[in-house]
Amino acid sequence: MDSMLSLEKVTHYFGGLKAVSNFNLELPDGALYGLIGPNGAGKTTIFNLITGIYTPTEGSIKLMNESIIRKKPYQIVHMGIARTFQNLRIFGSLSVLDNIRISRHYTVGKSKHTGNRKHKESSDLVQTNLFDSFFRTRNYLKAERQITDEAIDLLKLIKLDDVMHEQAKSLPYGKLRKLEIARALATHPSVLLLDEPAAGMNPAEIGELMDLIHFIRDNFKITILLIEHHMKVVMGICEYIKVIDFGETIAEGKPVEVANNPRVIEAYLGKEEGKCS
Amino acid sequence: MGKKIFFISRRMLLFVAGALGMLLLVLFFNATGIFTDYIVQIINISLINVILAVSLNLINGFTGQFSIGHMGFAAVGAYTSATVTTLIAKVTPRLPYTEFININGYIVFILALLLGGIVAAGIGFLIGFPSLRLKGDYLAIITLGFGEIIRTIFNNIDYVGGPRGLLGIPKFSNLIMIFVITLLSVIAIRNLVFSTHGRALLSIRENELASELVGVNTVRYKITAFTIGAFFAGIAGGLQAHLLQIAHPTQYGFLYSILVLIMVYAGGMGSITGSIIAAFALTFLSEGLRTALPGLGDLMHVKIGDEWRMVVYSLLLIIIMLFRTEVLMGMREMKLLVPEEEEHHGQHA
Amino acid sequence: MSTFFQQLLNGIQLGSIYALIALGYTMVYGIVRLINFAHGDFFMIGAYAAYGLYYALGRLFGAGNPGANYLVLFLLVLGGAMLAGGFAAVTANRVAYKPLRDKPRLSSLITAIGVSMFIEYFFSALPAIGPSFRGFPEVFPKTIIKIGTASVSNYVIIDVAVAATLMVVLTLLVKFSKVGKAMRAVSQDKEAAKLMGINIETIIGVTFLIGGAFAGVAGLLSGLTYPRIFPYMGILPGLKAFIAAVLGGIGNIPGAMLGSYIMGIAETYANAANSLIGEGIAFAILIVVLLIRPQGILGEKTADKI
Ligand SMILES: Nc1ncnc2c1ncn2[C@@H]1O[C@H](COP(=O)(O)OP(=O)(O)OP(=O)(O)O)[C@@H](O)[C@H]1O
Ligand SMILES: [Mg+2]
Repeated sequence: MDSMLSLEKVTHYFGGLKAVSNFNLELPDGALYGLIGPNGAGKTTIFNLITGIYTPTEGSIKLMNESIIRKKPYQIVHMGIARTFQNLRIFGSLSVLDNIRISRHYTVGKSKHTGNRKHKESSDLVQTNLFDSFFRTRNYLKAERQITDEAIDLLKLIKLDDVMHEQAKSLPYGKLRKLEIARALATHPSVLLLDEPAAGMNPAEIGELMDLIHFIRDNFKITILLIEHHMKVVMGICEYIKVIDFGETIAEGKPVEVANNPRVIEAYLGKEEGKCS
Repeated sequence: MGKKIFFISRRMLLFVAGALGMLLLVLFFNATGIFTDYIVQIINISLINVILAVSLNLINGFTGQFSIGHMGFAAVGAYTSATVTTLIAKVTPRLPYTEFININGYIVFILALLLGGIVAAGIGFLIGFPSLRLKGDYLAIITLGFGEIIRTIFNNIDYVGGPRGLLGIPKFSNLIMIFVITLLSVIAIRNLVFSTHGRALLSIRENELASELVGVNTVRYKITAFTIGAFFAGIAGGLQAHLLQIAHPTQYGFLYSILVLIMVYAGGMGSITGSIIAAFALTFLSEGLRTALPGLGDLMHVKIGDEWRMVVYSLLLIIIMLFRTEVLMGMREMKLLVPEEEEHHGQHA
Repeated sequence: MSTFFQQLLNGIQLGSIYALIALGYTMVYGIVRLINFAHGDFFMIGAYAAYGLYYALGRLFGAGNPGANYLVLFLLVLGGAMLAGGFAAVTANRVAYKPLRDKPRLSSLITAIGVSMFIEYFFSALPAIGPSFRGFPEVFPKTIIKIGTASVSNYVIIDVAVAATLMVVLTLLVKFSKVGKAMRAVSQDKEAAKLMGINIETIIGVTFLIGGAFAGVAGLLSGLTYPRIFPYMGILPGLKAFIAAVLGGIGNIPGAMLGSYIMGIAETYANAANSLIGEGIAFAILIVVLLIRPQGILGEKTADKI
């Protein structure tokens, strides 16, 4: 099978509100898919379901054929799914470098959930426990150095190394968005979920972001699912797009197909005219 | 492998040497009579408060939880260790009381302290669980309630003296003993917070959901913070009981917990250095006021009660909260406490 | 059977006092999301104000002599307790809480702890008040009414009646008056309320005023019923009333009333069984509620949007 992430008949209720209804998704390995829909359509909720923040009322979610339902969010991260947030959730008073180093954290804990991951390079990290850190054993220092070096390498790649010692909250908005993506990447995911990464960016930054997403996909060989309101971004980089409204899938297909679908135009593009030019 | 597992950096050696230097200075001043025994006693109490403040800082400052019942853990440590040592003192009646204080006695004492710390850690582990579901103010109320419940329980156990308190505890704590244990506690907590595990704790404080979603098992780490914090508070309680030779339910009330909280806030949430300085400053202030206020009253021909000391303290707390953002140290540390390899990485130094 | 009934009455009486305190907690929490630790101290201030006022005015009304005008005296003392409690609450809000409105919520909570300590120690440090217990006068002569085998003091009736009256007035006020509607608007959505031209700070001030006044009345009633007052008398009832508010659903006015009566009755029965259980029951209730239904009996679940 080729499917990296698959959602089948996923339905989720908030009390009486059906936020996601019978949602299906087959995300092939290495794909770059888009998920769009008007405000309140249920997009973020789908991300929250995939990352284990909510448990779906019905349906199944599988990562490389293994069910991830009822797993804790951190376990799902260990299995290889990382995400960013619509409203930034940065570790504001820590340094940029520390934001990244935290993501590399779990590899030094004794996690049982790293077996299924595609990118194995992190599993040869030295493992340490609390005892090691209390006594600063050699073993521990080695692991720390490894974490730091990897984090710095990643920051160089993303071109945030010039600000790595700054306090994260002092960064401009565009860089914060980038930092959040880098932080997600640092967990070595197989699947990356991006929730409106272009929100609040100016056109120049949006151009950079599109390059970055392409770069990540090609360089890290990661499967990406993207929520975005900026049509330029979605139409420009996604290979395949799903459109939802009121939790229901109303259209899907290649960008051109979706853009010309009358239901989509009615439900979404029509209303969002201001944003999509 | 297996040659040299522990790594002690030069900077840490300097820190320890500096601290030991201060200890020698105090011993010297005490021997020459410049420091009275009363002053040494205040230093003892300050050092114990350092352990309390730093360990509470681990829970509140570094992990971003909100515990206001820290002395409950100290009470557990105090009663546990003191019960053991007094019991052993009783069952070895051949040895007169003073002779119990010899090397064997100290081994018993250290083991009793550790036991007190471990039992307190066990309670801390349990108290960590509500923190999984409750945030901020609710957690505060739970920890407050816990502290009061612990006190009520000791108040009602006759074996440990009930409302009279546990009396006749052998005086094992002295300046050197307290100093060494405080130093070790500070170093242990410093090593923890400057590690990947410490960063995991910090990330919970910064944004718990994001922390979980970069792979941190937040449940485990929150409970770990409470457990470790409680362990050290238990040790501090044990030291204190063997210094004052009494463990009394009123010693561990809400008020003392708040005093420790003030130390943490005054020193800076997330700064070990700040907690150390604040613990000394506020302990000396407190003792200073205790002697100064009645003297001031004599001058003005009125009686100034001890309550005024608490008035000053509460005003201090309000002022700190109203005018602070970064009080003493903010989140910074003195250079000697920052590991060399971390020097540039955080905003610590 | 009659002790059962007797305890029930005592429980309702205690519950009435808790309710008056709990309402302030819940209203303030509903509007500014602050657990006002100092709220129990407004209760204490109310008790001392009543005490002072009684001794200042008592002779004027011939207290202790036949034919004294107890009703007017009682109402005056009641008004004094209300004013004192309300004044203290408004002052605390202006001086200590208002400057921290935009800061993290825990800052105000810690400040509230400071305010609480300050009030308690300041009162016990003042020579005129001092740290020790004082007996509370019978502002209204106590009489015992017998119902069957149970005996009821008129204080039970006074406590319940005063509390019930105030609760009815409050409910009507919140439901129908302009201020009450504004209070509800602010507690639901501050930003929207501001856009509608509501002066948020005024409404917060009014909330503190009402909450403090109610706590003051509770102080008077508590003084009458358990005739001993001291500067730290607010700590425990304050904490228990807070727990009652959480039990009912913090932020919810009927919830606070319901929670308080449950709390008062449960505590009375628990105390009758064993004093240790009596001491611990409040915290036991708190822990159970927070673990099983943290939003309380009548509270609604709120979710943070992610
Ligand atoms: N925790 C929650 N509790 C109750 N309802 C919720 C919760 N989270 C989301 N909803 C509701 O579910 C629906 C879908 O929300 P969701 O956040 O998934 O929308 P979205 O497609 O991401 O919209 P946007 O473009 O505005 O981000 C909305 O009606 C929202 O109000
Ligand atoms: Mg969304």
